[in-house]
Amino acid sequence: MKKNIFRSGKIIYLAIYLLIMIFPLYWIVITSLKPQKEIFSFPLKYWPEHMTLDNYIHIFKISKFHIYIGNSLLVSIVSALIVLVIATLSAYVMARFTFRGHKQIMMAFIATQMLPGFVALAPLYLMMSSMNLINNRMSLILMYTVTLIPFTTIMLRGFFQRIPASLEEAAMIDGCSRWSALLRIIIPVMLPGIASSFIFAFVQNWNELFLAVMFIDNDSLKTLPVAMNSFILKFDVDWGAMSAGAVLSIIPTVLIFAFAQKFIVEGLTQGAEKG
Amino acid sequence: MNNRKIILTGLIPALLLVLVFTYYPFLRGIIMAFQEYKLFNLSNVHFIGIDNFKNAFQDPKFIMALQNSAYWVFCSLILQFLLGLTLALMLKRKFRGRGIYQGLVFYSWALSGFLIGMIWKWMFNSQIGVINDLLLRIGLIHQRIGFLSEQKWAMMSVIIANVWYGVAFFAIMLLAALQSVPSELYEAAEMDGAGGVRRLWNITLPYIKPTIISTLMLRAIWIFNDPSLIYGLTNGGPAGSTHILSSLMLEHIIYGGDYGAASAIGIIMIVILLLYTIFFLSVTKAEKAGEF
Repeated sequence: MKKNIFRSGKIIYLAIYLLIMIFPLYWIVITSLKPQKEIFSFPLKYWPEHMTLDNYIHIFKISKFHIYIGNSLLVSIVSALIVLVIATLSAYVMARFTFRGHKQIMMAFIATQMLPGFVALAPLYLMMSSMNLINNRMSLILMYTVTLIPFTTIMLRGFFQRIPASLEEAAMIDGCSRWSALLRIIIPVMLPGIASSFIFAFVQNWNELFLAVMFIDNDSLKTLPVAMNSFILKFDVDWGAMSAGAVLSIIPTVLIFAFAQKFIVEGLTQGAEKG
Repeated sequence: MNNRKIILTGLIPALLLVLVFTYYPFLRGIIMAFQEYKLFNLSNVHFIGIDNFKNAFQDPKFIMALQNSAYWVFCSLILQFLLGLTLALMLKRKFRGRGIYQGLVFYSWALSGFLIGMIWKWMFNSQIGVINDLLLRIGLIHQRIGFLSEQKWAMMSVIIANVWYGVAFFAIMLLAALQSVPSELYEAAEMDGAGGVRRLWNITLPYIKPTIISTLMLRAIWIFNDPSLIYGLTNGGPAGSTHILSSLMLEHIIYGGDYGAASAIGIIMIVILLLYTIFFLSVTKAEKAGEF
């Protein structure tokens, strides 16, 4: 009896919570599918009377939306790949060797996660402009890579630590050099960790707004968040177009999350626990 | 190849990039706090002592942001934690569809604070917002509320959106910790006749305490530092009433071009974070809670 009450309480709680989590996503999708007139008419419709893709067509007409998508993909993927290479190396060294300064380096990486990073924003703008990288996607690739190195190193180090060193030692006795042992023996075992690091990096890059706002204002170089930011400033009332833009910006990360959820969650928690 | 070479090759790219493009600009930002440094008047950059700090403390917007930051971190953190813990406890036992359920409630992790701010801005809209519509329909209110345009509601509204955003993070971390509690502990307790509440209090919570402590500490810092949700939702409005320190700093950089003023706020944030960390560590003696 008591158990049943507990059980139904749990089901109700989980159902309400699900509703609250899903509703905002549902609402933005529904808004994007409504004709302009319906968005602003009372009473509000919780299911569109006439479903239409007009808002999506409209947003590609009034802006270079396909170019923003391309820019976002380019910057996010390239930087995630670079960070993976750099952080795999540093994480490997941090996991397998002890040396003078080891602790300090670890602290330096961890501190970047806690300090208010925007203190560096203005100086970075000045640095980028003196390097002629303003309005250049290279600046974003560079800075996204740098921003993610510490976290990715910490996370991958956690994965390396769970792989016994005897694995590569055996390969090295067989005549492999350390690097080829890393590449041929360890990396394949680490693939789940590397995949979740890549996804994490991609999502962070895809969502990043403020560096991009500072470094890019040429319309053909904008990433999606920058474009959405200027939409808000330009057509504050055109919620049809804005919701369509929001849905398009959200789709890739939500899809990735849906498919790789288990992966990511494991990666994040294990990497974090091992610290 | 000897070990020394391997260590150097492995670390130099990462260290060099982080030093040059994270620590160097960061230090330069700290120096800027003591300078008159305006983007629109770069020919006139000079040291002005602590004037930027004096100006900050005389600016009512800053005082407001200081109070709001405390309110924002405290309320968001407590609510995210309690809801996240409850959710994690309910998801601990396997049930059919649990994987799908987790996917449906954890996805907010993959969205940007800025976009979530935008979506909630749309839902909170005082004219055609769905939240007003729902509350009117069920009769909880009789007049539309300006959730984001009236000062007395605005801060509460941004906190609600932030709680929605952050519960997933707590739930994910705590769920992982819960699943690591050895089941023998429960079996023993069951034999002793301990009920559900006592098991939670005497076994579960003590066992996951290190995770709770480190997650609380890190989350507080991130909530304190991250302006993106507020930027998308209200951009500090109405009349600066929802600015927190980080969003105010960002406004000085992006809209004001006043790098000196922004950096002064940044330093004040660093001091607050340091005091908080020292306080937190000494209260909880959390050295063993793990560094990350």
